[in-house]
Parts: sequence; C-alpha cells; structure tokens
Amino acid sequence: MSVFNQSRSRIIRFIFIVAFVVIVVQLFYLQVISGKYQQLARDNAVFAKVVYPERGIIFDRNGKAILNNTIIYDLMVTPAEVKGLDTLEFCRLIGMDTVEFNKRILEAKFKNTAVRPSVFKGLLTKEMQARFEENSWKYPGFNLVERPLRSYSYNAAAHILGYIREADTKDIENSGNFYRQGDFIGKTGLESYYEKVLMGQRGVQHMIKDNKNRLVGHFENGAYDTASVAGRGLRTYIDIELQQMAEQLMANKVGGLVAIDPKTGGILAMVSGPNYNPNDLTGPDGSKNYSKMVLDVTGPMLNRAIGGRYEPGSTFKPLGALVALNEGVITPSYGYPCGGRYTLCGHGKPACTHAGGGHAANVRLSIANSCNAYYAHVYRLTVDNPKYGNVKNGYLHWKEYMNTFGLGVRLGLDLPNENPGLIPDTSVYNKENANRWTSCTNLTLGIGQDKMLTTPLQMANAMCIIANKGYYYTPHFVEKIDGETDEDSSLMKKFRVKHDVLTHIPDTAFSAVIEGMNDVVKFGTARIAQIPGIDVCAKTGTAENYTILDGRRIKLPNNSMFVSFAPKDNPKIAIAVFVQNAGFGATWAGPISRILLEKFLNDTLMTKSKADLERISKANLMPAYFKRLQYKEDSIRSYKWFQTTKDSTYIRKYTTGVFPEKSKPAKKNPVRKPNEILAVLPERTNYLATGKSPQA
Amino acid sequence: MRQQQPAISKGIDWSLAWIYLLLVAIGLTAIFAATYKEGDPVLQSFLGFKTDYSKQFYFFLFSFVLGFFILLTDSKFFSATANLLYAIGILMLLVVFPFHSPIKGTESIIKLGAFNFQPAELCKIFVALALAKYLSRPDTDFTKTRAQLIAAGIALFPAALTILQSETGLALVYFSFFLVMYREGLPSAILVIGFSAAVLIVATLLVEKLTLAIILTGLALLVIYFTRRQWKRRTALLTQIIFIWLICVGIQFFAVPMAFKKVLKLYQVERIYSTVGIDVPAEYMEAHLEEIAKNKDKKKDIDYNVRQSKIAIGSGGFFGKGLLSATQTRYDFVPEQRTDFIFCTVGEGFGFAGSFVLLTLYIILLLRMITIAERQRSTFSRAYAYGVAAVIFFHMAINIAMTIGLAPVIGIPLPFISYGGTSLLTFTIMLFILIRLDADRQMVLR
Repeated sequence: MSVFNQSRSRIIRFIFIVAFVVIVVQLFYLQVISGKYQQLARDNAVFAKVVYPERGIIFDRNGKAILNNTIIYDLMVTPAEVKGLDTLEFCRLIGMDTVEFNKRILEAKFKNTAVRPSVFKGLLTKEMQARFEENSWKYPGFNLVERPLRSYSYNAAAHILGYIREADTKDIENSGNFYRQGDFIGKTGLESYYEKVLMGQRGVQHMIKDNKNRLVGHFENGAYDTASVAGRGLRTYIDIELQQMAEQLMANKVGGLVAIDPKTGGILAMVSGPNYNPNDLTGPDGSKNYSKMVLDVTGPMLNRAIGGRYEPGSTFKPLGALVALNEGVITPSYGYPCGGRYTLCGHGKPACTHAGGGHAANVRLSIANSCNAYYAHVYRLTVDNPKYGNVKNGYLHWKEYMNTFGLGVRLGLDLPNENPGLIPDTSVYNKENANRWTSCTNLTLGIGQDKMLTTPLQMANAMCIIANKGYYYTPHFVEKIDGETDEDSSLMKKFRVKHDVLTHIPDTAFSAVIEGMNDVVKFGTARIAQIPGIDVCAKTGTAENYTILDGRRIKLPNNSMFVSFAPKDNPKIAIAVFVQNAGFGATWAGPISRILLEKFLNDTLMTKSKADLERISKANLMPAYFKRLQYKEDSIRSYKWFQTTKDSTYIRKYTTGVFPEKSKPAKKNPVRKPNEILAVLPERTNYLATGKSPQA
Repeated sequence: MRQQQPAISKGIDWSLAWIYLLLVAIGLTAIFAATYKEGDPVLQSFLGFKTDYSKQFYFFLFSFVLGFFILLTDSKFFSATANLLYAIGILMLLVVFPFHSPIKGTESIIKLGAFNFQPAELCKIFVALALAKYLSRPDTDFTKTRAQLIAAGIALFPAALTILQSETGLALVYFSFFLVMYREGLPSAILVIGFSAAVLIVATLLVEKLTLAIILTGLALLVIYFTRRQWKRRTALLTQIIFIWLICVGIQFFAVPMAFKKVLKLYQVERIYSTVGIDVPAEYMEAHLEEIAKNKDKKKDIDYNVRQSKIAIGSGGFFGKGLLSATQTRYDFVPEQRTDFIFCTVGEGFGFAGSFVLLTLYIILLLRMITIAERQRSTFSRAYAYGVAAVIFFHMAINIAMTIGLAPVIGIPLPFISYGGTSLLTFTIMLFILIRLDADRQMVLR
C-alpha cells in the first residue's frame, strides 16, 4: 500500500516534539530558574525541633543545690495506634472515668490528628508513672515523655529563687521573638534576673517530617543540628540553713527579713511573710496553686523584703545621728534636755518614753534610750543648718544623705521588682504647704516617720554601712557564676564595686553611733538580743499603723522592727526584721534577729533560743482583718463573675451561710485623709499597713 | 520471508526493546524510592511480593514473559483476531458494570484473586488493533465521511463505557486515536477545527463570556470587512463566516457553561480552572451546590496535589537530591506518588538532568515508532504503530504536564514507569505486538 501522505507523519512528529519542548521548558523553569520551590520543600519537610537545655542549678554558700532539676512525665497518646485497649482497666490505672477517657481521646484527635502524639494527661504523679510503666506493654499508643521540672530541694527561698512559667505574649514580644509559645522563662527572683545564664543555649535539631507532620528522622543526618548547652550554675551567698530557720520564724507573719554579710554585700537570707513552698508552683498542681496564691489578699507572692514599704521609725535614728555628726551640727557629746516631749515646735510632739535623767546627754545615750525629742531636734539642726541658707536647701542636702544611705532609691540587687521606698522631694512639701514650710512641718522625719518609707533590704543595707563605717557593696545573692564569661562579668560588675559613700564621716562619729547601738543591747530596749560572747549592735523600732476597711479607719497592732549587726568590731552579719502588726519591736523582731545571729555566728542555739524558736514559729500573727478582706474580695469577684457569665457556682456560698463579722472601727478615728494614706502604700497591696508614730 | 530456522530475533527492532527495559528500570527505581522505608532489607523485600516495588518487579517479569510469547506469535494472528479481541474487550468493559469491586472513586476495577484488574486500561490494545484492522480493510474508503464516523465510533465507544465507570482520564486517552485517523486521511480541517475549539474553550475560561462574545463578534465583522470583495462575488462565503461566528459564540456562551454546570463534576471544573490559575466563577459553584453540601466536611484544597507535586519537582534542582534524600516524595507529601505522580520522584530525586533524560527516552521511543510505522508495507501495521505511539504520547504528555501544572489533573499513569500491573502489562503488550509486527514489516497484513 502506498504511503498516504508523508507530510502528515512530519506533522505528527512535529506535535510530539513541540510537546517535548514545552515540557522541558517548564521543567527547566521549575527546577533550575525558579528557586522558590527548594525553600518550599524545606518548609514542607524540615521541622526545626528546639532542644531545650537543662536550666542552671543554684547553690548556696556551702555548695548545696537549693534549686535543682528533676524529671516528671507526661502521658502521651497517639490515637491511631490505640488498639485492643482494655479501657476500663486503663482508666482504673490512671484514675479517670471512661467518659473522661473518651473525651480526651477525642480532644487529642481534634487537636493533633489521630496519627500524631498529643498530651493525654500532663505531669503524672510518681505513683501513677510507676504504675503505668509496669503495665505499659498493655497499652499501645500510650507512652511517657520526659519533661524537666524545677525542684526546690529545701522547700525554701521561694521569693529569692523565683519561678519559671510559660512565656506569655508580652515576654515573647519583649525578647524580640527569641522566646516562643511554650518556652519557659524565669518570671521572678533569681530565675528571672539570671535568665540568660540559667537558661543555657537552645539547640536545634532539623527533623524531617512527613505529610502528616510525623518526625521521621534527622535532616541530612544532622548536619545542620546544633547541640544545646546546659545553663550554668549560680553560686550564691545564701546560707540555706539560716534561710530555712528564718522562714520558720517568719511563718504566719506578715513582714520582711533580710540578712546581709556587710563585708561583701552578699545576702545570706531573705524572707517575706507570708511565704509559700516553691514546690507548690511546679508539678501537677502548679497552676491551681498559682491562681490560688494570686487571689490571696495576704499577698504570698509579694516579696516584702524588697517590695514592702515601712516607716523605719526608731531604727532610723542611728542614721540621723551620723548625718548630724558629719555635718558638724552636733558633736558626739551633744546633749538635749528632753523632758518627755519635744516642745520647740510648739505642739509638744513627738512624745518620748523617757523623761529627764539626762537620758539624752550625748549621742551614745540618745541612741541607747531612743530619745524622740533628741532626734527630732537633731533633724531640725541638720536641715536648718545656716550653711545652706534656708530649710529647702538644707532639706535637699539631708535627702542626698538619705539617698547615699540607700534610702529612697533602688539599691539594684539581683532581684526584679525592687521598691525604692520613699524620701519625698521638697516639691511634695511645697505643694502641701503652699510653698511655706519649716523644719517643724516634717519634724518626725528625724524619727523615721512622716512620709519616709523604707524596705527591709534598705535598712539592712544601712546597717551594713554603719557596721563597715562608711562603705557597702550593693546587696546581691550571686557570688559567682559557673564558667563565668565576659558577658557575665559585666553583669556581675556592679556587685563587685565597693561604694565608699560615707567613709569621709569621721571614725568618732561612727564609734559614737556603734557604741550607742551596742548599749541598746546591753542596757537599752534590745536586751533581748544579748548573746553571750558576742557584741551585738541593734536598734528596735515600733510603728503604729492603721488600715481602712469597710470605709472605716481601724487601728492595727504595731509593727515590730529590729535592725542589728554583729559582732561589733568585726561585723559578719547585718539583719533587718520587720514584722507587721506584731506589737513591740523587742517582743518579736528582736528574738527573731537574735536566733538568726546565733545560728549564723555560733551555728548552735542557746536553750533559751531553742524555746523562742519553738514559740515564735508557732505564733500566728496574721492580722485578723485579712479574713474580712479576703471575704470581701472573693465575694465581689464572684458577684462580677455571676454578672458576666450568669454562673452562680461561686456566688452561692456568699448568699447563704455565715460570713465573718464586720471589723470594729477604731475609736473616734474617722478617715481623715484616706487618699493620702492609700497613696503611700505599695500598689495592689495597699491595705498592707505601714506604721505610724514609733516609740522606743 | 520464511526461512529454514526462524529465529525470534530476526527483524526485531532492538532499540525499542532497550528503551523499554530502561524505562521499566527507571520506573522500578522510582517506585522503590517513593515507597522504601528506612531499615527494610532491600533484597528480601524486592523478592517478597509485599512492597510495591516488589510487586511491580513481578508484574514486569510476568509482562516480559508475555511479551516474549508475543514475539513467538505469528503476526497474522493479530490482524486476524483484531475484531474478536475488540469484541472481547467491549465485553470485559460491560462485565465490569455488575462485577466491579467496591473501590472508592472508580467503578472500573474487577478483583481477580489478589489482583485488581482494570479492563479499561487493557482495552486500548484492542482498540488500536481493531482500528488498524478497520483502516486496513481493502473496502474501507477513508475519504468517505461514513468510514471516518465508523473509525471514530470504534475508538470512542470504549471511551463512552469508560466514562460511565467514572474514569474520565482513561476515557480521554481514546481521543489520541484521532492522530491515527489523521495520518490515515482524516481531513486536516478537523485538526484545525479541533485546535480552534481548544483555543476557544481556553479563552472561555480566561475571559468573561460577554466580553468574549463581543470580541468574537468584532473579529467576525473584521473578517467580513476584509473579505468584502470575495463575498460580493460569492455570497456563500458570507453565510459561512456568519455560521462559524454563530457556532463559536454558541460554544462559548452556551455550550461550555452548560458543560461546566451540568456535565462535569465540581472537582473536575476546579481542576480545569486551577490549571489556568484562576478561581472557579461563582455561577459554576452555584450550579454544584448539592455536591458542595455533600463534600463540605472533607474539604481538601484542590490545588494541593499539583502544588505539592510542583514543589517536589521544583526542589529537585538541576542534579536532584539523590534517590533516597528526596524529602517530598519520600515522606508522602505528594499524593498518588507511586502511580499517577511518579514523575515527581524522578524530578525530585534526579533533578532537571534526570527528568530530561527520561523525557528524551520517551521522545526517542515515540519518534522511533513513527519511523517504524512509516516503513511498514501494510496499513494494518502502520495504523497500529501510530495507535501505540499516539496512546503512549498522550499518556506521557498529559501525565507529566499535570505534574508540572501545565494540564489539569487527569488520573492517567505514566507508561512503563507508574506503579500498576494492568498499566504495565497493557503497554508491554502494545509495544511487543508492535515489535512483532515490525519484524514482519515486509509482509502485507490484512
């Protein structure tokens, strides 16, 4: 048969070749020219899995690990692999009913699909974990995944060490997206301040994933992976035994306690009452406990040692003396004829516990007897010093002294959220007194009252300055960082600088004050702090205080304060103790200080101290009004909850049953300047009282 | 022709055989790469008939043995039994309707023991033979429209049955037989009309239909204006132009929308539109509300396959990632990657270089087939050769074009490469019959 038409065969060949060329061109474009597909493929198939390093460990001064890592287990489930499961038995094993079981399996499928593992039950208890491990072969599709957890080996130092939690959106934003959802970050305490050191360096594993996001192996055999570097340890000054004892003493009390080694500025112990067990925030019940504590009106999360603001009262007097001595307005032998009250301002205030007998014949005696009139007068002499022309200039000078003593400014210790306290500026007095005021206006600043507010830390640091005769190191916890880098050193630099702030004050002035404080213990108000064989220097303080509750001003028991250092000639420890609403300075804060001094300096306790330890740690000095306050806060919250959600679960217990009585008003004490009182209190906890008119 | 010792190897075109073996080897490698899991013992699982690559290997052995037997068969057998085989093929297609196995999405598969058997695939051989037989009949005058219609009927009847089995892709393959008819004398005008229709339909997808109607009208007016001297002499021309204009507007304004609304399923409309890269217009979506409602809980992004396939191929780069380092295909990102999307494995694993080699093998195979076709003395052999070339070309071009986003997703396998026993068997038989016929190219078959 003849060939029909050769040209048609050519056309068909041509069609074949055109198709071939078109495909080759498109392939060339996809594979060679356009680079985007490589990246897309990578995004598709490579998952950068973050490997979390172990967080650094925190040690006390004796090398004991006080914050360590432990491992707890999450029970994971891969729903597609769950086969032939005896659901009933399994539920009994992990303590769950079958309804809940089915719900969780559904949830897992919904969240992560059936083929990928998701958390079935987080943070198993040890017992549950052991039970599961024994029987795990019976439960395909379930497995345990390790999760590192912080563990506080001594159940102590919660406020110092702080805690970690999942980073919230703000943390993530602030870190420039360094942290990601689900990362843990130090939220308070040393965990927060030394976050960079403790967290270590995250590693990355590039894992290949399949179309269902299951990880199936290392990408390019791990060529791009980086190993994680464990966080470095912190060596602190903390004496964990001292810390534990201090916490025992402050149990069920509101207040703050700070113990510092004056020679180094190293903080030996720091307690804020009420306290909490740091291990409560980790582990299975962590979140529950956290929210409970956040809503507690006693403020267990607030570190009162650095965040509580108290009128220092009489404990301030040694500082007043030093300023006046240095300014030359008095000499160590300066005396004031106190007759029981201060009369030079015309209103006979402040009153004094002693009258006559030359109880304020010189500086040393005035401290030992804590003469209010003497220090009111000394304050006036200081600010009215003719050298400065007028009271405002004089006041500014006095304020500068206060700031060099570390009052009214942040000291900058290695914990976040330090409160600067308050030494008011002249503008405050100008405003309140229409620009016309004299040293009589704020006379009680001389005895640590008026608008002056300090934190326990500031007072402890002030004691260090006196003990050291003029210098101090910024108080801090961390002595050194394991494997310290240059970056760490710059972080630590400010704690290693000696601040020679007041070394120009003559030795005679210091001696007069120190001897006076020694006399306080020997013959004065702080005889309770005597320790045989050790020269203790101390000063007591007591402050009245009020709070406002149910629209009435109520008087609360006095705040008890005690500052001290010892031994006199070679000071090794300075302590400031503030106990709210505890009564007289010497009854609670005094013995607490003594026990701690003994513990630190002698490492044993006298029989008397052992008894005191027993007595004090059992004493509950929580102010009664907290109960009423808690009741109010809770009921208001549940009412609001009811209003927004129409869910009456919470409010029901407030609409029925008994509830705490309203507090009794203080006698004839209407609210005079509620705003003023509230204004000076720390935020959110503004009902946590401060002191008024100290004595002795 | 007859010699004393007839060797099978006599007259055999070895180039086809070698290319065939190469393609099958590439196919096995690609299936291996797509389905191998780390840690499997390679040799054991290759022989174990458990894994896909092992199964494909046995399919190949079986096909190869069958091919060997074909080479032993007398060429006359094929021309003699062509019509019978066609009848059997149709019967098989009909048998599928009551006996198809309950596999989702298709009604074209019969289960024979452990094997899934797809007659629609196999039927291509019989159509190629029957068409060749019809065209080579001495009393067929292919210049007559009647003969052309019968030939088209032979090719499209199985296609119609296949569409009824929800295998639109396989059915479209039968249109490739028009290439055979073209070679055997179908008027060129049909090719031109076919091409124009394709352009018109693509234009319908891209341009809003009213705008397109105006453009077409404008074009028609222009043609009328420029040909005014001619139609003034011959009024029939004017009528023709207006008639063509009417048909075009009819297609784009009524026929295509009608097809998209009533004939095609929504997923098909979506696939077609995703190829040209635009969303399905609202009016077509509205026409398929029922289907949308039915499938609303299994919403899978229609683009997914093509996008993943393009990513896989594109990420291969020039030299590819290497056989087992291809992340996209190894970890199941591309659906159907051992069957219809097998080209992704080649593209990702061996890059542009590898893809080019594969395509070159195909084009050599196809051009060689044309050469072989043209050297046949008998029309039967030539038409059959064209039939085989056309089917392989259609499969290859459409399959690869769909993996790289040039054609809508039509589920047809890549010849010799894709996993699938029926497919491999079909193409092997087709090819070996061609080799057998070619060996006897001096003989005139009827």
